[in-house]
Amino acid sequence: MSRQPLLQVRGLKKHFPLERKLFGGAGKTVHAVDGVDFDVLEGETLGVVGESGCGKSTTARLLMHLIDPTIGTIVFDGAPVENTRLSLRNYRRRVQMVFQDSYSSLNPRLTIEASIAFGPEVHGTPKKEALARTHDLLERVGLEPARFAERYPHELSGGQRQRVNIARALALQPKVIILDEAVSALDKSVEAQVLNLLLDLKEEFGLTYVFISHDLNVVQFVSDRVMVMYLGKIAELGRSETVFGNARHPYSTALLSSMPSIDPDNRTQHVPLAGDPPNPIDPPAGCRFHTRCAHAETVCSLTEPPLAQVEPDHQAACHMGVAGSGHSRAPEARTAAAAE
Amino acid sequence: MADPYLRLDQLEVTFTGGRSPVRAVNGVDLTVDSGETVALIGESGSGKSVTLRAILRLNPEKKTRIGGKVTVGGRDVMGLGNKALAQFRGGEVAMIFQEPLLALDPVYTLGDQITEAIRRHEPISKADARKRALSLFERVRIPSPERRLDTYPHEMSGGMRQRAMIALALACNPKVLLADEPTTALDATVQIQILLLLRELQREFGLSIIFVTHDLGAAVEVADRIAVMYAGRIVEEGSARDIIHTPRHPYTIGLLKSRAHGAMTKGRRLDAIAGSPPDLADLPKGCAFAARCTLATDPCRQTQPELIQTETGTRARCLRTDQTLTRPGELVGA
Ligand SMILES: Nc1ncnc2c1ncn2[C@@H]1O[C@H](COP(=O)(O)OP(=O)(O)OP(=O)(O)O)[C@@H](O)[C@H]1O
Ligand SMILES: Nc1ncnc2c1ncn2[C@@H]1O[C@H](COP(=O)(O)OP(=O)(O)O)[C@@H](O)[C@H]1O
Ligand code: SF4
Ligand code: SF4
Ligand SMILES: [Mg+2]
Ligand SMILES: [Mg+2]
Repeated sequence: MSRQPLLQVRGLKKHFPLERKLFGGAGKTVHAVDGVDFDVLEGETLGVVGESGCGKSTTARLLMHLIDPTIGTIVFDGAPVENTRLSLRNYRRRVQMVFQDSYSSLNPRLTIEASIAFGPEVHGTPKKEALARTHDLLERVGLEPARFAERYPHELSGGQRQRVNIARALALQPKVIILDEAVSALDKSVEAQVLNLLLDLKEEFGLTYVFISHDLNVVQFVSDRVMVMYLGKIAELGRSETVFGNARHPYSTALLSSMPSIDPDNRTQHVPLAGDPPNPIDPPAGCRFHTRCAHAETVCSLTEPPLAQVEPDHQAACHMGVAGSGHSRAPEARTAAAAE
Repeated sequence: MADPYLRLDQLEVTFTGGRSPVRAVNGVDLTVDSGETVALIGESGSGKSVTLRAILRLNPEKKTRIGGKVTVGGRDVMGLGNKALAQFRGGEVAMIFQEPLLALDPVYTLGDQITEAIRRHEPISKADARKRALSLFERVRIPSPERRLDTYPHEMSGGMRQRAMIALALACNPKVLLADEPTTALDATVQIQILLLLRELQREFGLSIIFVTHDLGAAVEVADRIAVMYAGRIVEEGSARDIIHTPRHPYTIGLLKSRAHGAMTKGRRLDAIAGSPPDLADLPKGCAFAARCTLATDPCRQTQPELIQTETGTRARCLRTDQTLTRPGELVGA
């Protein structure tokens, strides 16, 4: 099966200007997302990982068109998304989102069936049909309609509320669901229930997921491909097995070795990556990771490495993988050899 | 054999403020030796934080009924008078939290807070206290410690604040550190830094640590022993190795099985534990896990199982451990 890109993201940036200080000082800018290119393929789960502040949620909000990009394009199913109300409304029927905080994303004054039916009704589904679909969905997410349909959000547990959010996202029969830390606030036993539900629904409805999480175990488990972000940029992108088994960016390697060991006889001995994630207000010049990278060389602080193909279906933004980049570990440049 | 440094005997905590009493902790027995780290793990609401707070007598006294005994360094904590209690908090037992901003005062610099804390417990000069604050900051590896002592909590990153809170907790040389999910809110890269730091400090100061978490991985990284809590009771307890390799309580086994982890087949469904924990205002008479347990039989619902020693090393509160033997390591894909 050849997979079509359902979403094509090109040159996407989001800069947030900060308020000026009272006296002087040029206005500073947060480079939350700072030039990313990637595709989301039809039917896949694309995992997104990276430290807090690296731009995961901003990317999600851009994909949802909840905020406007500073520059760049998002193409959905072959057509750019127009910034008109009608076309946005249409778009949001196809692309839905589930947030981490199960509580604040539900209207406390609406019963959960009213919350779920709301979207379809706004889009013109007759009330009766919308309600029938709602009860169907409640059933599908494991909440017996007779017991739960008329409850209010505060009468549910966190796991149950997250199921309601998933049902609500499904109510418009979308093609893509963006899950931003959707299971992160759940207890492990509930998290497993919700992950299973997500797997089943994906199969049943032929969904495409963008799955954002700081839990690398969970991302490895659900994702077909994984995108590693660092300070508003893509550090590495490739098939999940490849990124987890053969990471090519030193940041990915450090992130992966930060996962706690589950083997009491083989605990982590050395800190894989020192320091905190730096501030996206003044990202370092050259490679953004050079201030923390164990392999950094002169070229790294001077030139920004491109996100380059390192093998089929696998890209990394590191000078060590770019032929002739000037990094001592880079492969020889072929063109230079041929010119001899 | 020497007595354990910290000991909980049949600890019970019931909150009586609401409509019906909430039985948050229902007979917890736990010992921690000097220089030992015990991880307390369990899902939210299982009573981990309430247990820690009971050790420091931090639960609201008027609306709480406490039963059982807390002994630290040979002293009965319930019997401490106000003055002794103030000395005990921080001087004998200190606590760190998931959210450092709750422990740190926003209007004082970190240096002032640590200096103050030391001077509340010891008659030493401001300058000497400040020196000790500086060496604590160095010890928890805060870069440019001198300058950082003069900053306010909100001016620091999450990881630095966590280190500052640890420095504050250690300021009065406590023997016991109670850590309530100190790494849950941190990034993976920072979490492992803090876990290794705690391990180091524990060894260097000979601290006894109770480390609360719901992440088995974090527990394994720091703990000698692991105690698993469910509905206010410890349902299984043993060395980290035995708990991970040969657990015998169906809940512990369920927790291990439901973990998404690297060795598993992608796309396979996880072995989730069905259902949710019982209502603490209406606990069942028998085993609290029975409603979710695939091995439950009538006797489980009738009697409260005792903790029994299993032949694979752990102690488990279950009537049917004859049915729960697994191949060592099987559950973690080893
Ligand atoms: N409206 C805004 N104004 C100013 N800065 C913002 C705004 N929204 C986001 N940011 C900043 O942009 C950066 C990226 O934010 P984002 O929330 O996308 O990161 P994240 O990787 O999802 O972090 P986390 O995992 O903590 O949620 C952060 O430094 C954040 O503080
Ligand atoms: N002050 C309080 N009043 C009433 N109930 C409380 C209070 N503090 C905690 N509880 C309840 O006690 C139970 C255990 O809480 P806690 O120990 O905080 O759980 P956790 O294991 O997540 O830390 C929960 O049901 C909680 O709602
Ligand atoms: S480009 Fe240089 S600094 Fe950046 S990740 Fe590669 S080696 Fe490290
Ligand atoms: S006592 Fe019975 S119900 Fe409880 S955990 Fe053991 S087998 Fe399950
Ligand atoms: Mg986020
Ligand atoms: Mg807690």
